[in-house]
Amino acid sequence: MTTAMNNVGRPTRLVAGTGAVAETFTGNKALMLEEPLLFERGSLDTSGVDLPPVPPVPDRLGGLGRDAVIGLPGFSEPEAVRHYTRLSRQNYAIDLGIFPLGSCTMKHNPRLNEKMARLPGFADIHPLQPQSTVQGALELIDVLADWLMKLTGMPAVAMSPKAGAHGELCGMVAIRAALDAKNDPRRVVLVPESAHGTNPATAAFCGFTVENIPANDRGRVDLDAMLARLGPDVAAVMITNPNTCGLFEPDLKRISDAVHAVGGYVYCDGANFNAIVGRVRPGDLGVDAMHINLHKTFSTPHGGGGPGSGPVVLSAALAPFAPIPFVRKTATGLELVEEDTAGTHANQSFGRMVAFHGQMGMFVRALSYMMSHGADGLRQVAEDAVLNANYILASLKDLYTAPFAASGPCMHEALFSDDFLDGTGLSTLDLAKALIDEGFHPMTVYFPLVVHGAMLVEPTETESKANLDQLIGAMRHVATQMLADPDAWRTGPHFAPRRRLDETLAARKPVLAFKDSEAA
Amino acid sequence: MSRLYTQDHEWIDVAGGEATVGITDYAQGQLGDVVFVDLPDAGRAVTKGGEAAVVESVKAASDVYAPVSGTVTESNPALADDPSLVNSAPEADGWFFKLTLSDASELDGLMDKAAYDAFVASL
Repeated sequence: MTTAMNNVGRPTRLVAGTGAVAETFTGNKALMLEEPLLFERGSLDTSGVDLPPVPPVPDRLGGLGRDAVIGLPGFSEPEAVRHYTRLSRQNYAIDLGIFPLGSCTMKHNPRLNEKMARLPGFADIHPLQPQSTVQGALELIDVLADWLMKLTGMPAVAMSPKAGAHGELCGMVAIRAALDAKNDPRRVVLVPESAHGTNPATAAFCGFTVENIPANDRGRVDLDAMLARLGPDVAAVMITNPNTCGLFEPDLKRISDAVHAVGGYVYCDGANFNAIVGRVRPGDLGVDAMHINLHKTFSTPHGGGGPGSGPVVLSAALAPFAPIPFVRKTATGLELVEEDTAGTHANQSFGRMVAFHGQMGMFVRALSYMMSHGADGLRQVAEDAVLNANYILASLKDLYTAPFAASGPCMHEALFSDDFLDGTGLSTLDLAKALIDEGFHPMTVYFPLVVHGAMLVEPTETESKANLDQLIGAMRHVATQMLADPDAWRTGPHFAPRRRLDETLAARKPVLAFKDSEAA
Repeated sequence: MSRLYTQDHEWIDVAGGEATVGITDYAQGQLGDVVFVDLPDAGRAVTKGGEAAVVESVKAASDVYAPVSGTVTESNPALADDPSLVNSAPEADGWFFKLTLSDASELDGLMDKAAYDAFVASL
């Protein structure tokens, strides 16, 4: 074994048993290029542009002008372009391959959506333009709202919330406003263990007291425990359906009826609506408020690729408390109602959540997705998402531990635990690292918390059978090898640009800013 | 008095009217490397089974529950600088907080070491 140091200070050496050299002289690996930080590469003396000397200007900053250099390095244009292009090649994206992050719905972002969003009439407008000049944009919001209400079977929708948790906030503030309007002091919100982790945080943020309801051994809400806890102090139940184990909550209607009977409201976390869109209308299940992640169910980009958008559908009981602004039809066209007055909105709106009307660019993409699929296409979206997840569940459950497989099919995501690795000293983390070496973004790990070493796999409907077979093949190979020879799998990934990072040190002693030791 | 344990993997030592609380070696093993511990301030009233502290590891953030009701008298100042004590010495220097008991009879439902070891073995 050689112990020579390469150009970036790491020892070049042989990979045990393979004869291959792990580190090159440059640190590059074939066409995967090692890239230093901007601060390590650049120089304060270089610049990509030739500017004439700055003539003296009178100081109008009242003595608040900067008295030291900022210290940003300069680059020529090709250096700057290459730096960011090299970094981008070390990234993973839905446009590169399957992105099976459970609970995240990383589906393909159709290019048609992008084309529509770039139409000048949508892309080049300003929120403060006169409304008469943006009637088409307002109509798009109105048509999208109509689709959302029809798909969910709900009579109202608030379009402005900007992401899933923001939508939760909207729904829970509306519930709080409805209670306050009745001078109803109840403040307990029940959240099942199978709900998304943001749910209790939202309820607590709105001033409610959160109580957990356990899950049963089939991964669903324990109905008896839920019904037993209901009473006059319960303001609302927050339930995720399909839940975060990827399972449908069949008792939601019974729970809703019981919650309404004691005077409470039902918030449904609609983050997993993609599994039931076109098949189930949450309004029929007694839901009072539900957010819809346009960036999940309706294919708008997310996870670094674009902002979220989380419209909230509301029942008749909560609709009067919806936030402003909202679009209203008038005799002469469409109007964005910015002020809540008795004439427009019963004067009960809880107020404004965002500066303008929401994520216009995402509205365009979501409506493009809906209209290009049609109602029948959206139904097939849900069916294929569920079919793909069950294909993964069925293909892996003999090897991986599938804690809830005995209770029937899953919905849009398949949940496994790492119990099958017991005795190897390996866990979910090691398996996820091994999948990186195989060229896959790992699934969601260690969430949900209700199973040990959770692995939550959500393939989405946009993956072909061939892609699923490749992922399944890799997952079977890795798991089989881990059971046969555990020691070979403790140090992965072996082929990624970086090996296993010290997450503990990074969390305990985070270094969040580059500090140039020479300049300091 | 010997150490008692909860099903949520807290331990409690009682001496006179004051008790020391921490999490068990099994709990720290399940959590993995602990990176942050949020401890209750002195004077805070806690109730048996209610949230008293939060422990955050590289894997997850988890609540730590009060094994008995009482009033917090002190939290472990060493954990702020060195949360790894929870991993290296969970049942000694990695203690979480001390409290005065409001109802000593609440100790009756807790497990002794033999019962807790059997409980962990059954998981």
